[in-house]
Amino acid sequence: MPDLAPGYPRNILDEDRQGVLGRPLNRVDGPLKVSGRATYAYEYAGAGKVAYGFIVGAGISNGRIISIDTAEAKVVPGVLLILTHANAPKQATYVTADKVGEHGGSPYGVARPFLVDAQVHYYGEPVALVVAESFENARDAAARVRVRYANGHKPVTRVKASRAYAPKDVRGFLPTDSIVGDFNSAFAAAPVKIDATYETPYQNHHAIEPLSSMAVWDNGAVTVYVSAQLATDCHSVIASTLQLPPEKVRIICKYVGGGFGSKLATEADAVLSALAARELGRPVKTALTRQQVVVNAAHRTESIQRVRLGAAKDGKLIALAHESIGHTATFDEFTEQIVDSTRHLYAAPNRITTHRLVRLDLPMPGDMRAPGEAIGMLAFEQAMDELAYATALDPIELRIRNEPKMHPETGKPFSTRNLLECYREGAKRFGWEKRPARPGSMRDGRWLIGYGMSASIRSNFMAAAKARARLAPDGRVTVQTAMTDIGTGTYTIYTQIAAESMGVPVELVTVEIGDTRLPPSPGSGGSWGAGSSGSAIYYACHALRERMAKAAGLSDPAQLSIKDARVTAGGRSLALAAFMQQYAPQGLEAEGEIKPGKEMQDYSQNAYGACFAEVAVNLDSGEPRLRRMLGVFTAGRILNAKTARSQAIGGLIWGLSSALHEETFVDERYGQFINNDLTGYHFAAHADAVNVDALFLPEVDDKSNPLKSKGVGELAICGSGAAVANAIYNACGVRVRSYPITLDKLFLDSKFPTA
Amino acid sequence: MRSFTYERASDAQAAARAVMDQPNAKFIAGGTNLLDLMKLQIETPAHLIDVSRLPLAKIEQTDSGLRIGALVRNSALAADRHVREVYPVLSEALLAGASGQLRNKATTGGNLLQRTRCFYFYNRDKPCNKREPGSGCSALEGINRNNAVLAANNTCIAVHPSDMAVAMMALNAKVETVSAAGTTRTITLNDFYTPPDTHPNIETQLKPGELITSVSLPPPPSGGQVYRKVRDRASYAFALVSVAVAGNQIALGGVAYKPWRASKAEAALGSGASPTAAAEAELIGAKGYGGNDFKIPLVRRIIASTLAQSREKSRA
Repeated sequence: MPDLAPGYPRNILDEDRQGVLGRPLNRVDGPLKVSGRATYAYEYAGAGKVAYGFIVGAGISNGRIISIDTAEAKVVPGVLLILTHANAPKQATYVTADKVGEHGGSPYGVARPFLVDAQVHYYGEPVALVVAESFENARDAAARVRVRYANGHKPVTRVKASRAYAPKDVRGFLPTDSIVGDFNSAFAAAPVKIDATYETPYQNHHAIEPLSSMAVWDNGAVTVYVSAQLATDCHSVIASTLQLPPEKVRIICKYVGGGFGSKLATEADAVLSALAARELGRPVKTALTRQQVVVNAAHRTESIQRVRLGAAKDGKLIALAHESIGHTATFDEFTEQIVDSTRHLYAAPNRITTHRLVRLDLPMPGDMRAPGEAIGMLAFEQAMDELAYATALDPIELRIRNEPKMHPETGKPFSTRNLLECYREGAKRFGWEKRPARPGSMRDGRWLIGYGMSASIRSNFMAAAKARARLAPDGRVTVQTAMTDIGTGTYTIYTQIAAESMGVPVELVTVEIGDTRLPPSPGSGGSWGAGSSGSAIYYACHALRERMAKAAGLSDPAQLSIKDARVTAGGRSLALAAFMQQYAPQGLEAEGEIKPGKEMQDYSQNAYGACFAEVAVNLDSGEPRLRRMLGVFTAGRILNAKTARSQAIGGLIWGLSSALHEETFVDERYGQFINNDLTGYHFAAHADAVNVDALFLPEVDDKSNPLKSKGVGELAICGSGAAVANAIYNACGVRVRSYPITLDKLFLDSKFPTA
Repeated sequence: MRSFTYERASDAQAAARAVMDQPNAKFIAGGTNLLDLMKLQIETPAHLIDVSRLPLAKIEQTDSGLRIGALVRNSALAADRHVREVYPVLSEALLAGASGQLRNKATTGGNLLQRTRCFYFYNRDKPCNKREPGSGCSALEGINRNNAVLAANNTCIAVHPSDMAVAMMALNAKVETVSAAGTTRTITLNDFYTPPDTHPNIETQLKPGELITSVSLPPPPSGGQVYRKVRDRASYAFALVSVAVAGNQIALGGVAYKPWRASKAEAALGSGASPTAAAEAELIGAKGYGGNDFKIPLVRRIIASTLAQSREKSRA
């Protein structure tokens, strides 16, 4: 047995003395949000009269700007400034992914200049910023900027195998390929084979709050109010792009109206607002329109995925291959880790997983909720369903037979893995035993009814984080970190962590985040915000208790017991405020820090689940509609039962959307995403997302972090779309391998049942 | 959005005159479509005449049927007891359209005049004959999943997006208007929309300044009424295909530049054809453009199933 990291010892959170951690506490910021008092980036008043920026996007997908005629735009009333590549202030050079290591290591924290030169790389790329006294006039003037282009080549916009190359690695931290055993021989000899190719479409982010920023300069220093997931990285981008000393930059993002990956990168709204505000000597705010979000925020790659499964007749996998092709931009590299979940999920002695990329004349693809798993599992978990039918096994039984005892590629132990329990509990609650074994055999009037399921898996991440905790003389606790709350409930769970750690009611806790003057945080991304900055808060509180003990002359903080803001020590009991009056009348402060430990290397850490769906397919039209959906998950300690469940339900609905609706159409003639508004880009809304429920089974993972939690945000989208696809097959016997599964792909199929 | 001036109309004729008198003036009522188009500068009126407060919001039973004021909100019309009892196909169609918030704002007259949702109409830098006559039609060889399969040509393959109008078409609705001169006229809904031919930017027979005052419906035909909308999602989506049936009268949505009266199918049914054969008759000459080819078999299926459903209703 190798010398494995011991994990995180039992701590005060395990004692549950205050009894707030994990409870379904309402969002502490909820009243502010529903009453309009939570201030978002674009809503700050700014010191001085604010001017409004509006971005002009390129009208071609590749080529060069010949000239920009601003004569007509300039005379629109109130126009103050038009920035183009001809007059934009000097900025640092764009840092490509392969150079990120030389610039701090975070791909979202490197220089991002805009309006650099005459070259156009994608349709909608910012080519000018118009600043005016009002948003309306800035937008009108932007429409009057006349740009002449020399078109480049015919845009290349579709992922095709013939153009694919192998990236050096995947995002700097995952191998491009994995090979175990001898797949080809094992697959050739396997008694049961599945060989299927799946396609997933371009998808776009549509967070409620579009990307928006306001920049304010004061004495050579800039404050940027921005809708961002990663305040600390945004700080690095602004400082490095504008070539400013770090202390001259401050980022504020107290409230963020959804992120999901679209606000990891710092985009043109922030950089150009900062440049324009400096030029004009007054605050500038820039928001993107819905149509601009589609090209300026990250989108998800189109993908082609070939899955081959070779199994024994009893369903045991002998060989598996999952080969993916996605896209990146012409000018930089981003690889979605499409096959990564396949590396952790099922046992099979012979295996291949690969990532390939095609360079396209499109904007940079990027992270979109559960990058990798979200689309990788749409393919792989449908292939497992195909294998279940090929082996005449219940899909759950097939998965149980292929459950690994250790990581199937590295041999590492799992930190925790309660996937089988998710299957069992989910099947029981869902009524899986009523599943029609034969596709197309259950009807309800003009509707064909089907059941489907899938596994869920999502890697657990952690990144270095710091936090500060303060205990005021009156017993109030304040915790601080430059984390963001993108709507997930960060304010609320940090309140609970601090209250539980300090033994005070939640009313006595104030959480301060979203400001880079606070201790650095890796931000909201990869579902790591709870485990990373949340752990830093726990350690800061732990250190604060040590200070309290020291102030009271105690040798061991364990001698200090606090509950309901009442301190018990050495046989005495007094109110926390009284304790502070007596021992630390100036208040106390401490910092905490977490870094990924040996646990991250020694154990395979994932959250798991099982998704179940019942769908109805209309016999006349082929319309597929959800009837109900359930997800049962395990993700270590759940920090707030309500916000975690909400996130899981959101993830299930997103999976449903990717199965049935989401698709960005690219017009190949123009290299342009053409359905660029909420009329044309469909996702499941109220009438589509009916009867969706989720629950978490009790679990504590002492290898993940001192909270013993794992990321929950992205878990439910992993696999849930495949559950819907599998239910559609079960309903009507048509296997659609090209997402989204729209009605035409069903009723036109020769296997579609007749009346 | 371009700068514009605004006035509130005091009466219908004055409103018509105000639009007639000023270059580039437009009526605004609910604004659910016009404001979006103005933000994108697809519509750039210099002056708006707000007609939303004119006394045209009544639903009246008349000797010859029902008169629906042009300013009756979609939600009010859908909820009207008489409409639900006598013209259920209209109520069903309204409720299948848009969202609750939009229906609360959208008016009867405005609904008839809403513009197409063709992607290229909305992407202002792309050729579109409807937006910019003579520039071409990007949808012909572009993304045309939502576009027309009947009565389209190479000039324009956009569809009229309304659900309400499809039900009204099946109910033999007539549009009543007033002109700047104060003259009124009545146009059948079937004649109200003009084919794309050479000028897809011109969509109706309305003359400059002419204001819709009401829509009238004759008594409904005997027989069952059903509105069947086929859509990519259950919440807020325009019809891929819709079928309104009122007795033996059939109209289609999502297939043409206007709510399409399926008179060939009606005639075939009258001669004893099966529902499927009747649907086939309507689809002679139907043409797909790639992405919307599926609409042709879909229309066939949905006409047949909706007719069957309306007959069941009729028996029940």
